[in-house]
Amino acid sequence: MILAMFIILVAAALLGYKVISAVPPLLHTPLMSGMNALSGITVIGAIAVFFTAPPGAEGWAAAALILAMINVAGGFWVTERMLRMFKGKAKESEVQEIPWQ
Amino acid sequence: MAVTIVLAVLIIVGFLAGIRLMQSPRTALWGNRLGALSMLVAIAWTFVATGQAAPSTALVYIVIGGLIGLILGQSVKMIHMPQTVALLNGFGGAASALVVWAAVISYHGEGAEMLFWGTSGLALGIGALTLSGSIIAVLKLQGLAFRQAVQLKGHGHILRAAILLAVLLVLINMSLPGQYYYQFLPLIALLGLLAGFFMTLRIGGADMPIVISLLNSFSGIAASIAGLAVENVILAGTGALVGVAGMILTRIMCRAMNRSLFSVLAGFTPGTKESEAPSLEEAQSAAEATPVEEKQPEAETEAEPAVAKGSEADLPDIISQAQRVIIIPGYGMAVAQAQNAVKQLLDALEGQGKEVKFAIHPVAGRMPGHMNVLLAEAGIDYEKLMDLDAINPQFDHADLAIIVGACDVVNPAANAAEGTPISGMPILNAEKARHVIVCNIDEKPGYSGVDNLLYEQDHVHTFWGDAAETIPQLTGMIGQVS
Repeated sequence: MILAMFIILVAAALLGYKVISAVPPLLHTPLMSGMNALSGITVIGAIAVFFTAPPGAEGWAAAALILAMINVAGGFWVTERMLRMFKGKAKESEVQEIPWQ
Repeated sequence: MAVTIVLAVLIIVGFLAGIRLMQSPRTALWGNRLGALSMLVAIAWTFVATGQAAPSTALVYIVIGGLIGLILGQSVKMIHMPQTVALLNGFGGAASALVVWAAVISYHGEGAEMLFWGTSGLALGIGALTLSGSIIAVLKLQGLAFRQAVQLKGHGHILRAAILLAVLLVLINMSLPGQYYYQFLPLIALLGLLAGFFMTLRIGGADMPIVISLLNSFSGIAASIAGLAVENVILAGTGALVGVAGMILTRIMCRAMNRSLFSVLAGFTPGTKESEAPSLEEAQSAAEATPVEEKQPEAETEAEPAVAKGSEADLPDIISQAQRVIIIPGYGMAVAQAQNAVKQLLDALEGQGKEVKFAIHPVAGRMPGHMNVLLAEAGIDYEKLMDLDAINPQFDHADLAIIVGACDVVNPAANAAEGTPISGMPILNAEKARHVIVCNIDEKPGYSGVDNLLYEQDHVHTFWGDAAETIPQLTGMIGQVS
């Protein structure tokens, strides 16, 4: 399990590097707010801990649940709002960038 | 277990595919939604896997957090996006630290002990550092406190000592393993908070894009290491994605600003040697010692009659006759809130049948890509927003470049001079355009402290003032041929 975990971590980092590098500067702000949402993935760790925690630890897990969910909901929603503003006139087929000569 | 792994891989692939769709503005919205869907699956699966699918108090906390998030996401203005991202960076780091702490209290010695104690200490420290660093960043960006870089006595020593001590405690805690965790771990968290505070406190305004990117990365690294601690594959893999994204952006920002990450974190302002204590005077004297600055007096005497040449009387002719126009918005435009004025200028220019494009430098806003969001919000098509590499060859064919609140990113000294803080920094080649109109607030140099060589050139016309006022005036000149 631990070995599988490390392999998946490294594979995700490598693939992530490849995919994220190709995101154009145009969309770097939505990319970052999207990453805020993804960092909210901690919520699943919080859920698991919440149910196995002794009474004393529940409060910590609950605080983690709330903070992580703020990231998930806030991150995805603000990214949605931003990306809706990115409008282009041309349809996909019509797009041709002719550099000035 | 096999199901766990397969599902984890599927969810991470879902996130990756979402980011893949973000490579084009046409599909990015769906990429974001695919990410949200994958997140929903991950959360639902975790409830099922823990055998707690029935309604519980955990659901209440999730709903509370989700609602707060939605309200926050709905209410923030686009101009405030940097502090929003910074705040969420902090929450991400804090959440990971809290998860680890809760896991530590509930720990019964299952699994690999050394791995657990090592990773939990590390995640706690990095999470705490991300939290305090982000809070300072938010205060700076919102203008509430520490707007200027604050350098305390022994600043660097305290920072280094805190980090070193924290690392040492993590190692001791791991090798014991965990025997005195109740003493060590809170101390590690405290040192992390201290390090984040000191790290961010002395970073100046213009370096904020780098810091936000770095803290973005840290929030992911904290999550990834927390994932290793609680042996959660999805958490470890997804956290790594966020960590990598932040690192890529940090590197892009450093390159675009001609700074090394080290010098930013060490609190050096541009122009100082890395061994010197930073001060503005030294930055300026360093800049003055360069060959370009020696040319300055000569250029100024030449420019005396040119002040009349650059008078506002010429502007209507220039702007009316130009066919191909490139607008260069900078930080100053955002400060002046002149986006809508720029949009009206664009409409007026296009109304006369002119071709208009925008040149966006990577550090044009307060965070990576911020300028694009602000212009998109003003209703400008993203097809007109060109990044540095795409637009630079086109300045040669442009009749007119209009600079709105940008200085360092168009300063030819970056190419022409050696030894200035911006030497070698990639710039927008505005000087290659046939005419240049500069709509900056005044002729003071930008953040780097290097005088802008552009202002002295014959084909450059300066129009000083608040862009929110000068741009509408410029718009009014279109078509007024004298």
